[in-house]
Amino acid sequence: MKYFQLIWTALFRKKLRTLFTLLSLSAAFLLIGLLQAVTSLFAGSVDFLGADRLIVQARTSFTQSLPMRMLPQIEMLPGISRVNHSQFFGGQFQDSRQPFPQFVVNPQRLFDTYPEWVIDKDQRANFISTQDGAIVGRLLAERFGWKVGDIVPLNSFIWLKADGSRVWEWRVVGIFDGKNQEWKDRTQLMYLNYGQFEEARPLRAKGLAGVFVVRLKHPEDSQRVSDMIDAKFENSVDETKTQNEQEFQLGFIKQFGDIGFMMNLISAAVIFTILILTGYTMSQAVRERIPELAVLKCLGFTDNLVLWLVLAEALLLCAIGAGIGMGLSTMLTTALPAEFPPLRTDGRVWLFAATTVVGLALAVGLPPALRAKRLKIVDALAGR
Amino acid sequence: MAHTPKPPLVEIRGLTKAYVRGKQVVEVLHGIDLDIPEGDFVALMGPSGSGKTTLLNMIGGLDSPTDGLLMVNGQRIDDFGSNELAAWRARTVGFIFQSYNLMPVLTAQKNVELPLLLTDLNASQRARHADIALELVGLSDRAKHKPNELSGGQQQRVAIARALVSDPQLLICDEPTGDLDRKTADEVLKLMQTLNSQYGKTIIMVTHDPKAAEYARRIVHLDKGVLVDEAAH
Repeated sequence: MKYFQLIWTALFRKKLRTLFTLLSLSAAFLLIGLLQAVTSLFAGSVDFLGADRLIVQARTSFTQSLPMRMLPQIEMLPGISRVNHSQFFGGQFQDSRQPFPQFVVNPQRLFDTYPEWVIDKDQRANFISTQDGAIVGRLLAERFGWKVGDIVPLNSFIWLKADGSRVWEWRVVGIFDGKNQEWKDRTQLMYLNYGQFEEARPLRAKGLAGVFVVRLKHPEDSQRVSDMIDAKFENSVDETKTQNEQEFQLGFIKQFGDIGFMMNLISAAVIFTILILTGYTMSQAVRERIPELAVLKCLGFTDNLVLWLVLAEALLLCAIGAGIGMGLSTMLTTALPAEFPPLRTDGRVWLFAATTVVGLALAVGLPPALRAKRLKIVDALAGR
Repeated sequence: MAHTPKPPLVEIRGLTKAYVRGKQVVEVLHGIDLDIPEGDFVALMGPSGSGKTTLLNMIGGLDSPTDGLLMVNGQRIDDFGSNELAAWRARTVGFIFQSYNLMPVLTAQKNVELPLLLTDLNASQRARHADIALELVGLSDRAKHKPNELSGGQQQRVAIARALVSDPQLLICDEPTGDLDRKTADEVLKLMQTLNSQYGKTIIMVTHDPKAAEYARRIVHLDKGVLVDEAAH
């Protein structure tokens, strides 16, 4: 700490240059913070998923339907607690710029396969008994101001009714929430009663499910039961691919491209650019101070102490810039409206930023620090 | 009872320094023998290239000889490694340069405190020591000024305060009045004389200026790397 003032004054020796460098660092880390928040969102969107749930899809593609008759065949296998079917509805409510997911399910089986959702027991009973019933996640209900009794029309571009219409009307019969904060944060979705869906769709589309959701008795049986399900339907017309829910969600996300890889690639490009800029600034700053560093050595500062002073200066520069940038990205993500995905600069993002700061400081600070360490006092004072 | 004379503070025997410049080896000092007793004030004089600054740098521990013996206060500093020399300089030597070499971003007080960063003194103790040093050179009222707010003479006095603050035995001065006008130079040299006569500091000063050399007790002449003459003043 006693050297702090020396380092601080050296850093702001050329105020304008340092301020511009800090501005660049802040902009870079603002971008890095946002990019990594996106990566965290996609990675974290599956972290919380339990290991006791499997998703059974058609082996060819998850867009391929599976016959309902497979449900009891799957459910009777050992190690399985409950099975439900689920179909992505893909409807649009009013403004297409505010999408949210909807799934057609068997209401009687939903809360057995997803015990993480909680709902009033009367509302649950109404969901089961109301053919055109729908339950809405709390955050979604708050977003649109829906309450029990509202009619929500959804325009589907995937599912056509038998009468040729695309508009499906659903009656909100309940609002559900998550059992803990992680699940509460994910209540921007809707479940639709299979009853209306099955009745209204064309004959050729009846009796089909999108995927089967399998709840295991014991999470450690995940691989064994997956293999067992796939083995059962191997060489049949409806071959399956069974995986745990985390893998399924990750695979689904990767349909859009490896989001994490893309974000990290862009982050790397940003880091490389800022490394060149900051490296040049540090090198120039040390080059200008060669005689002063020589004087410090005259006074008794050792070669290593001079090296650490320069490294500390580089670290302080990078840390201040990163702190400002990350602070801004945190403020930005916190202020996002509810209809945006829950982007957060969480612990993982801050750790990424901190690691980057250390790496960056070393990369930009070490070459001039080594130069400072190696400089010969006599030559430096003589201007050689 | 016979009185045992005190050994000199600086003892130099057969000191040689050679530099390698490309393929050539240039010998700058040739077998210098010199004793500097404690409390002396020596002026090193000679034409450009005579080796006086090289000799000064050796005595100050800024450079190492190629051959010979260099003892300061009983320690063979010619044998010291880089870190040892740094620690030795911090304890033993104060430097005063022609161009002052103050840190432009620090105040006078903070400049003077620099050598004390290497000690165990806390912030208030360092400040107190710096205040005393600045008072000694008559610049207490300029403690919060930065070098660019001080005259040349004032900057050199701040540099002297910095050289004194850790109470070194030896003051190494390389053309301390080279950038000063006559009047200011005389003031600085009188201060150095006071440090020598009243505070017992041993001062070794390189100078081209015969008038500056008059302030010293002894003048040593070098030419082409050889000691040619020394005389008490």
